[in-house]
Amino acid sequence: MKHDIITDAKTSISGAVHTDRRHDSAEKHVSGQAEYCDDIAEPQGTLHAYLGTSTVAHGLIRSMDLEAVLAAPGVIGVLTADDVPGHNDISPTGQNDEPVFPVGRTEFHGQPLFAVIATSRDAARRAAELAKIDYEVLSHALDPVSAMEAGYPHVTAPLKLERGDIAPAFDTAKNRIKGRMTIGGQDHMYLEGQIAFAIPGEDDDVVVHCSTQHPSEAQHMVAHVLGVPSNAVTVNVRRMGGGFGGKESQMNLFCSVAAIAAKKWNRPVKIRPDRDQDMTATGKRHDFVVDYDVAFDDSGRIEAVDGTFAARCGYSSDLSGPVTDRALFHADNAYFYPNVRLTSRPMKTNTVSNTAFRGFGGPQGVVAAERMIEEIAYALGKDPLEIRKANFYGDRNDGRLLTPYHQEVKDNILPRLIGDLESSSDYQARREAVLQHNARSSIIKRGIALTPVKFGISFTATWYNQAGALIHIYNDGSIHLNHGGTEMGQGLNTKVAQVVADAFQVDFERIKITKTTTEKVPNTSATAASSGSDLNGMAALNAAEQLKERLVAFAGERWNTGPETIRFHNNMVEIGSELVSFNDLVRQAYLARVHLSAAGFYKTPKIHWDRAAGKGRPFYYFAYGASCSEVSVDTLTGEYRVERTDILHDVGKSLNPILDKGQVEGAFIQGMGWLTTEELWWDQAGRLRTHAPSTYKIPLASDRPRQFTVKLAEWSENRERTIKRSKAVGEPPFMLGVSVFEALSMAVASVADYRECPRLDAPATPERVLMAIERLKNRE
Amino acid sequence: MTHRTEIRFLLNGADVTVTDAPADKTLLDYLRLERRLTGSKEGCAEGDCGACTVLVGRLTGGVLKYETVNACIRFLASLDGCHVVTIEHLRGENGGLHPIQQAMVDFHGSQCGFCTPGFVMSLYALWMGNPEPTETEVESAIQGNLCRCTGYQPIIASAMAANRYGSPAQDFLETERTTITERLTALSDGRRVITGPEHNRAILPADVADFAAVLEEYPQATIVAGSTDVGLWVTKFMRPIGPAVFISHLQELKSVTLSDTALEIGAGVTYSEAQETICAIFPHLKSYWDRIAGQQVRNMGTIGGNIANGSPIGDTPPVLIALGAQIVLRKGDRQRSLPLEQFFIEYGKQDRAPSEFVESILIPRPRPGQLHAAYKISKRRDEDISSVAAGFNVTVSEGRITDCRLAFGGMAGTPKRAAKAEAALRGQPWGEAAFLAAGKALEADFTPLSDWRASAEYRATAARNLLQRFFLTHDETTTEAVDLLTA
Repeated sequence: MKHDIITDAKTSISGAVHTDRRHDSAEKHVSGQAEYCDDIAEPQGTLHAYLGTSTVAHGLIRSMDLEAVLAAPGVIGVLTADDVPGHNDISPTGQNDEPVFPVGRTEFHGQPLFAVIATSRDAARRAAELAKIDYEVLSHALDPVSAMEAGYPHVTAPLKLERGDIAPAFDTAKNRIKGRMTIGGQDHMYLEGQIAFAIPGEDDDVVVHCSTQHPSEAQHMVAHVLGVPSNAVTVNVRRMGGGFGGKESQMNLFCSVAAIAAKKWNRPVKIRPDRDQDMTATGKRHDFVVDYDVAFDDSGRIEAVDGTFAARCGYSSDLSGPVTDRALFHADNAYFYPNVRLTSRPMKTNTVSNTAFRGFGGPQGVVAAERMIEEIAYALGKDPLEIRKANFYGDRNDGRLLTPYHQEVKDNILPRLIGDLESSSDYQARREAVLQHNARSSIIKRGIALTPVKFGISFTATWYNQAGALIHIYNDGSIHLNHGGTEMGQGLNTKVAQVVADAFQVDFERIKITKTTTEKVPNTSATAASSGSDLNGMAALNAAEQLKERLVAFAGERWNTGPETIRFHNNMVEIGSELVSFNDLVRQAYLARVHLSAAGFYKTPKIHWDRAAGKGRPFYYFAYGASCSEVSVDTLTGEYRVERTDILHDVGKSLNPILDKGQVEGAFIQGMGWLTTEELWWDQAGRLRTHAPSTYKIPLASDRPRQFTVKLAEWSENRERTIKRSKAVGEPPFMLGVSVFEALSMAVASVADYRECPRLDAPATPERVLMAIERLKNRE
Repeated sequence: MTHRTEIRFLLNGADVTVTDAPADKTLLDYLRLERRLTGSKEGCAEGDCGACTVLVGRLTGGVLKYETVNACIRFLASLDGCHVVTIEHLRGENGGLHPIQQAMVDFHGSQCGFCTPGFVMSLYALWMGNPEPTETEVESAIQGNLCRCTGYQPIIASAMAANRYGSPAQDFLETERTTITERLTALSDGRRVITGPEHNRAILPADVADFAAVLEEYPQATIVAGSTDVGLWVTKFMRPIGPAVFISHLQELKSVTLSDTALEIGAGVTYSEAQETICAIFPHLKSYWDRIAGQQVRNMGTIGGNIANGSPIGDTPPVLIALGAQIVLRKGDRQRSLPLEQFFIEYGKQDRAPSEFVESILIPRPRPGQLHAAYKISKRRDEDISSVAAGFNVTVSEGRITDCRLAFGGMAGTPKRAAKAEAALRGQPWGEAAFLAAGKALEADFTPLSDWRASAEYRATAARNLLQRFFLTHDETTTEAVDLLTA
């Protein structure tokens, strides 16, 4: 093996932590050799499933005639609720409100009602169109406001966060503004759609290949619907073509259908919806309607906030409970509210059940907080940045530390971070230039905004904050690494392998990264909540340290020296005065019958959360960031262009700066897309009409800011003992896109001389921008 | 001469013969399911994401030219006589990574990797034709490629650096050009091709006369040029299209001819093929043309198809109507021509008889005194369907508007002239008052619809404002920039 060659010239290992290391699959990506679920060679006899879906938003199913479906060419059979051998339920939170296929009632347009199994995907897809379903149509409610008006229930228990006493604060405050903001949802638009491929085995066994962020949940759900123990089900995922939260629970349906069919016909079964069905039948980011009431003094300092966050949850709870909770957890963004009451309203609606999406409700909370900042700024005629600064969390001296959920913000680095960005982006001078431009330009208006992000890291369901890893060292010195996290492009496998390489002080190439499988690490949490490297990196480190301990103990005994004299360095091990190659040590340890496999485990310390009381420390730490964006707006059409964006983002002491930068850039663009061109549009019948890239517009290369500077706050280091003092990076930078939205708002405000908050709703499509301009102009 | 019953093409290095190629079989399904070439991905199956991008090389006037296409909506039968190059065929020196691939690796251009093969193919085509592109040119080349992970920055950086990794002159497609040209020439036998099962027949006429004859034989046949619309009938709506007549290989429909009076564009000319000439004669179309779809669709889609499919939101009809374009229709060997606006009768209905086809488009050259503009408003600037599109052509003589043509898309069931607004302008002195009056008159011209692209109110407001922009752009007293791109 090439790893046997160790040259003296090399002073350090390849792929060390805190260094740039390219994605471990990069060469396979660019050559088309990276294998995704649909690329796996199909065994002979593989069948294909396709979903038949509802054509009404809410109705009783009087009858379902599938004769024509069954008679179609290539069709082997159909699956309905009657064919679910175990529990007809895939609710990820155990609420038993989400059937694989519903019985007697459909609750959204596009809801899967049955599946066709055929010899080809094309045959199954064509046959699925032939069902004759008779509905008794019922009235429907598509959005949270009409749901509240119609008396629809919550899909899960609401949350209330309360601190201080808002009533007297509102009574005595000099200024008070009430308003409402509508915030749109977002489709994940992962380039690889949902897919599952089940291969039946002996006894109750089934192996499911799937594109999922949460293999353990897929495993447990398949077991649950099949009515077999979890040990009969194996779920594998090598990589996903993007996830963004859309594959945290949404794969359950596809895994279940494939597995049920595979067991029923004892043949491999694959299911892959087309893009339209993927977007129609799977959940998205929650839309919110936020009613806010904010009291503030003449300097712009907030005295009290009362906010109600009503969300379009869809027909079932899915993850809406924790998503709407997280919206409240971030309704302060970076600001101290002396008196506060925040309430969630997770509304049932006749739409697809909404789910996790990067930020998990947090971005909606942040946008609402920034709206209140804007309201104050326009009311007082000040720069919104001044209002932001006046309201930042403080320190122990000023007592402005406590969040609405009673956790202290102890690691606040925003004053420094904002100061750095304000100066590197030349914010003040450019704002002045924008104001001058707007004074002389009547058609093209500009706007600029600098917005902060503070994002809480940890699953708020405390038990999810655990992870496992498995490391084998083979007797040739090669290392096999497995952990419970999944790879969706973020480079998690690369980072975890760096941690292991660093622990053993061996070259990165020595470590074989393998697919995630429930066979190797059980009971894993979703790769979600930005937690991937925090949790799995620590678990892998724990496994590596166990193995090192065994090797050190063995070496101490063999070389008759104390453990303090043994040091791993650059593919070698110093043992007292001797220098032994890592491979030699491993070989000798093997011969001496040392156990060279270890399972690692990690659980996040210090966190606790009492949801009923609304108090605790749900987050281990916070990640911070800020962005400054400048836009041009065409006041004749509402079209716009992002001229420049500067970003400074905190990832602690980065495990891999180049991958982290990639996460920050990508998240910013995705966040910008959410707030600008990505619009979900349902018609009156409840049918989603933006269900493919032809109608649902995510950013293109040409939508990037014309000047785009992204920097990591290199001076930052996590104050908590996270993996190598790094911070999570997946979600926090998503909210950097808010600066574009706020800059658009300023450009709109300019048409009424900044006297009025434009109250732009999201997404700020050219249409919303133009209509806001027209509204402000007509009021002049 | 008897017809041929199989299609023949080159796939990467291999000669391929497909007998019984059904009309509706897509190239992507063929690659993935029948050849297990799984590097090309299905992201949307509607030509909007580019994950399936491959190169298609075709001999045009004896010259071999490679272009990116979306394999998901390209029909297999249309590839007769072509060279299809997929991601699996790319290679650098000594079998290593291709220069484009290496640049993408070094600049961290992939994250999840699913869109990556498509990006590599788009960047490859760009590099072959333009090894030192500007950032704008890169953006244009990847307008038809979506990436949800990276935010595009590293992909752009890879493209800008690609030429440092290798020169197109040494690229395998260049060094093998002569051989491939010979092999493709050998495939061409000038025969009609009829292939596929009876209910799903694909017909490739030998030439235009044969095309006319085929249509006489099959009056209800589906005409497939670039398949950027018909492709979706199959992939999205599972509509049968057989018998389908494929015409993208017909060289006679690909002429672009400039006479003293008019520019004549064959119905088979793609947006890409027309771009240089049409934008040279009509400079106001340049930025508009850049916003038609993405590069792959511009390489496939034809102006003739954009007209013939009768869509109320096609990009070219409003601007062509404004320019006073005529179309030539042919049935058998009989031709007739009519003003383009008359072709569109109502939503879903055009003035085209069974067996008749659009043969060419005639656009009169600009005349002195004419002021032109082409506007497109869409939710996303690039690769989007317009909520409102407009072509304006206003003749001003001695301070007076003597003639005008104002055509709109997205405002009615067809691309349509704004007769009342035109009347409000005609004969008026050049000035803001005339354009305000015309804007007001638009309300009587159109009752637009609300849908997912835009509300009726937005369409009406924006359309009215476009008249204001036109006035401001051309009025001498305007001192400020009134366009986003120039501001």
